[in-house]
Amino acid sequence: MFHPSHFAAVLLFSLFASTVFGITMRDTPQRMFRYGAYCFILFVGSAIVLSWVMLLIAR
Amino acid sequence: MLTTPNKPVAGKKSDQGFVYLPLIAGWLVPGAGHFLLGKWVRGTLLAVSIIAMFALGLAMQGKLYTSVQDILDMLGVAGDLGSGLLYVVSRVLGLGAQPIQTTVADFGTKFIVVAGLLNIIAAVDAHNLRTGRKS
Repeated sequence: MFHPSHFAAVLLFSLFASTVFGITMRDTPQRMFRYGAYCFILFVGSAIVLSWVMLLIAR
Repeated sequence: MLTTPNKPVAGKKSDQGFVYLPLIAGWLVPGAGHFLLGKWVRGTLLAVSIIAMFALGLAMQGKLYTSVQDILDMLGVAGDLGSGLLYVVSRVLGLGAQPIQTTVADFGTKFIVVAGLLNIIAAVDAHNLRTGRKS
């Protein structure tokens, strides 16, 4: 069985979701890549920010 | 004075055939809708992403929703059904039947549901390519 760390799970989820978003939401390969990268950074970045917020709230 | 006829919509290959075939094929098999339209690279990337997400969800001991007990289960079943034949084959093989016991298994359940939802987006994209709404 596969037991990734929480961050590795975030990275995998972001990679696959961003790939599909990039291909389906834009028309040209260059714009697809840029939008996919943008979504990936937003996914991972928001996960990190929300993690810190939850840590600070829990204290 | 003669007027030039409008150009056909970009990406519209032909008017023959069943217009919903890429949509249905894309739902049943991830990426198949794009393959039917000759979009091999896009189809391959979509297939790899969706199948990998579904398989990793199962490998993380995620659960496949099978019965509807409440509204959340209903949404889970709807998401899982988006995977098409992947869901059917997994059910037949008895995969994803164990209850969730770890946090990672809960992540896996979400991976499976989101793979189904992404597959629906990909199938609709294939339909848009077929109808010429997208190039």
